[in-house]
Amino acid sequence: MKQDVSQDTKGRAGAGSSGTDVVLPSLGFLGTLRWAWTQLTSMRSALFLLLLLAVAAVPGSLFPQRPANPAIVTQYIQNNPDTGPVLDWFQLFDVYSSVWFSSIYLLLFISLIGCVVPRALAHFRAVRSTPPRTPRRLSRLPVYGTLEVPAHQARAAGLTPSAAADQVAALLKKRGYRVDVRDAGTDRPSVGAERGLAKELGNLIFHTSLIGVLVSVAVGGLFGYNGQKVIVEGDSFVNTLIGYDSFNPGSNFSDDQLQPYSIRLDAFDVRFDREQTSHYGQPLDFTANVTTQDGPGEGEESQVLKVNAPLTIGGTNVYLVGNGYAPVVTVRDGEGNIASQGPVVSVPSDGLYTSLIVIKAPDAKPDQLGFVGFFLPTAFVDEKGVSFSRDPDPFNPQLNLNSYYGDLGLDDGTPENVYVLDTENLTELNSRNNEDGGIVLGVGQTYDLPEGKGSVTFDGLKRYAALDIHHDPGEVGALVFSTLALLGLTASLFIGRRRLWVRTGEHPDGRIMVEYGLLARGEDHRLPAEGKAVEKLLADSWLVPDGAEQENRVQGAVPSAAGTGQSHHNPKDN
Amino acid sequence: MPQPVNAGLGEISELFMLLASIAYVVALIFFVLDLVKSSSTITALESRLAGENAAPERALAGIGARAAGSTTSGATSSPATADDSMDYGSGPRRGTARVAVSLTILAAVIHGAAVVTRGVAAHRVPWGNMYEFCTTGAFLVAAIFLITLTRKDLRFVGSFVVGLVVIMLCAATVGFPTPVARLIPALQSYWLIVHVSIAVASSALFTITFAMSVLQLLQTSREAKLLAGKTDTAKFLRLVPSALSLENLSYRLNAIAFVGWTFTLMAGAIWAEQAWGRYWGWDTKEVWTFVIWTVYAGYLHARATRGWTGTRAAWLSIVGYLCIVFNFTIVNIYFSGLHSYSGV
Ligand code: HEM
Repeated sequence: MKQDVSQDTKGRAGAGSSGTDVVLPSLGFLGTLRWAWTQLTSMRSALFLLLLLAVAAVPGSLFPQRPANPAIVTQYIQNNPDTGPVLDWFQLFDVYSSVWFSSIYLLLFISLIGCVVPRALAHFRAVRSTPPRTPRRLSRLPVYGTLEVPAHQARAAGLTPSAAADQVAALLKKRGYRVDVRDAGTDRPSVGAERGLAKELGNLIFHTSLIGVLVSVAVGGLFGYNGQKVIVEGDSFVNTLIGYDSFNPGSNFSDDQLQPYSIRLDAFDVRFDREQTSHYGQPLDFTANVTTQDGPGEGEESQVLKVNAPLTIGGTNVYLVGNGYAPVVTVRDGEGNIASQGPVVSVPSDGLYTSLIVIKAPDAKPDQLGFVGFFLPTAFVDEKGVSFSRDPDPFNPQLNLNSYYGDLGLDDGTPENVYVLDTENLTELNSRNNEDGGIVLGVGQTYDLPEGKGSVTFDGLKRYAALDIHHDPGEVGALVFSTLALLGLTASLFIGRRRLWVRTGEHPDGRIMVEYGLLARGEDHRLPAEGKAVEKLLADSWLVPDGAEQENRVQGAVPSAAGTGQSHHNPKDN
Repeated sequence: MPQPVNAGLGEISELFMLLASIAYVVALIFFVLDLVKSSSTITALESRLAGENAAPERALAGIGARAAGSTTSGATSSPATADDSMDYGSGPRRGTARVAVSLTILAAVIHGAAVVTRGVAAHRVPWGNMYEFCTTGAFLVAAIFLITLTRKDLRFVGSFVVGLVVIMLCAATVGFPTPVARLIPALQSYWLIVHVSIAVASSALFTITFAMSVLQLLQTSREAKLLAGKTDTAKFLRLVPSALSLENLSYRLNAIAFVGWTFTLMAGAIWAEQAWGRYWGWDTKEVWTFVIWTVYAGYLHARATRGWTGTRAAWLSIVGYLCIVFNFTIVNIYFSGLHSYSGV
């Protein structure tokens, strides 16, 4: 390919362990192992694994994932009884913890380590060694140029080739090069210089930091935990295992990690847009006013919790991730006793807070009672007689319920979902689908159930806040390592690693001749500019006249460059 | 409490947006005209020269004869293409292209005014919904293109880039029209400013390199054809530098954009940590941001892997860009996830 021509000149050979030219070893277990290792740590494998990782990540966005949405996954498998279990077998609902996804990234990281370690050693040696020896023909280098100090000027300044080389070395050192003067005292002394070792260092930091990020993520998975809790206005949450609605411990979690702090939701304030017709009712602000306590008996503190502004308490962060209405409902049973009373959390299903609600009264006698239906903050009835919500604020709160009696199925100990009513073993008492319709209740109203089964009262309305509580000890590490990675990456991509050689000599007529050549390692489009800059630096320091006299030098007064017959691209020429 | 939005100013912004679109369309027409005109000029010039001396066609440099590669000595003799250094000055003056660039500048100025008035009207940064991502993103594409033009003669990608800008503006006004509004609580964070602006800027850069990679592929196949002695069927590519120099320049731009994208990903993770309590959760949008990052990391690797430079690297750059487009359109619209910009 054509590209290869140019790449050779950029010293690409140094990058990567170029495992492509591996020769098959003659038999032997160790030999095979070494061969496999060389293959794995080659640039080609790294590239292949990277692209494979990209492809493997995609299914996770196409299928619902268990860690994020366990309920939706269960639903999906139920709805697709043919394909669901097959997809599940291939771990397509747990892509990011699947055997195949994990294998890819683990292989990639093994390859990464196998790649970084030898390169780090090589770099360590490179840093400690002197710049590489001066090539015999500088004119062969991609950037090459010459300049000369006129004889009278050289004489006046007492400039010799060696003195010139020393001065070049000093100038280059100031410019950030590592320098080494060779053949000092001979008639052809030279300076070897190198700069931009930070490029490789940046690359190594970048790759190593990726390992750091991975380890931090693992630490979070092992020692972190998170849980969810819904708090209704006036209620409190205590940070203990039973305090949570749901809890996901990391694999190495232990109970004593939880510090028993508490949070009370004093008020939940909501503001919706009332000015703009196009966005009427769009949320503008959610604020949870809470009172926190670091532990039993500790002082109370009022705090504000908002979206995008978590609370930090007891080694955890507390996030406001949702909100909604909790209608306060009293259920009386057939015997006239209160079977359940208090706020019931409803689940909003749209921006107007049309909310699903399930009420269970397992203590009701003689039969357990259950209700399922909607809560509408601003109820309205359309021409077809269907109720719907017209506004997220509670201007006309209304409960629309169907009622059931029978066995709620709560007694056999299987974990239940408070937001779902399993009606399989229940008998319908009334419903919107019947002719006499379902239960419709405004605030303060009571409905007597048919057959003397009891009554239900809508006492009032509260709001609730849904909180996520997280503890992730790997977080800081992930931040530090990814920042390091970013810095390393920037250094690696934008620092130019250059080698520069300068050779001096004296022409029989007394002119001091200087030639220089530059070579980049890797991509470096600024190499010619650097050549120009260095030439200018030297010219300025020796007061080499500009212009006409310079033309001569192309004729090649410098002994070694002259006569090669090469026409080189001189940066001065363009 | 923030001030209410200024709906009147919002309408002025929409008017500016419309005017800018019209100016871009006219600029696009001129860019295309330039391509057509230049390739017919070349053809005419060539047939005249071919008549004068019997030299084989490809020995004659097209317009803007290859300047001696100032630097890297990789200047292999390749079939006629525009100046590889992509500097101005060589070749005949292209009046039509000048008009096209002037019109693009005019359009970008109006466009900039539209973006700024939108932000002023809403009292916030103008990138809070799809309409705003599109319009602000399109402005950045145009601005970055114009800035690059001051240093390099990239007019050959003009019709491509301006075409994409027009598409983005159409998508915004037709696909996601949204009057100015305040931000929902989920977006009320300074990370919106940081995360989204860098994301949009990086995507704008990727847009330009995408255009260059497509041209690179076309140019590669044309160069191969010419070397094999076949006739030149895509004369307009004479205006385009050689595949190698396209590759090198798009590599430089991709490198900058990749750093930007890395930062986007990190800032997104920090924001996710603040908003949702975890810095990474494989939400659909996060998945695609990761996929894009990995593809471009693959691209950078490819450039250092033997046998993977050139055409294959260009394909990776193109695939990466297609992922960006997919992430922005299909994922935003059809995939549900935390990033669906609804309320909490
Ligand atoms: C987690 C997987 C990896 C990622 C995300 C990654 C990413 C990158 C990126 C973005 C670059 C370009 C920036 C730079 O030059 O520093 C790069 C360069 C490089 N990577 Fe990786 N890399 C990974 C694994 C590996 C592995 C396994 C190897 C060894 C086989 C490797 C060897 C290299 C080398 C040699 C370069 C320098 C290329 C050049 O000279 O232009 N990387 N990598």
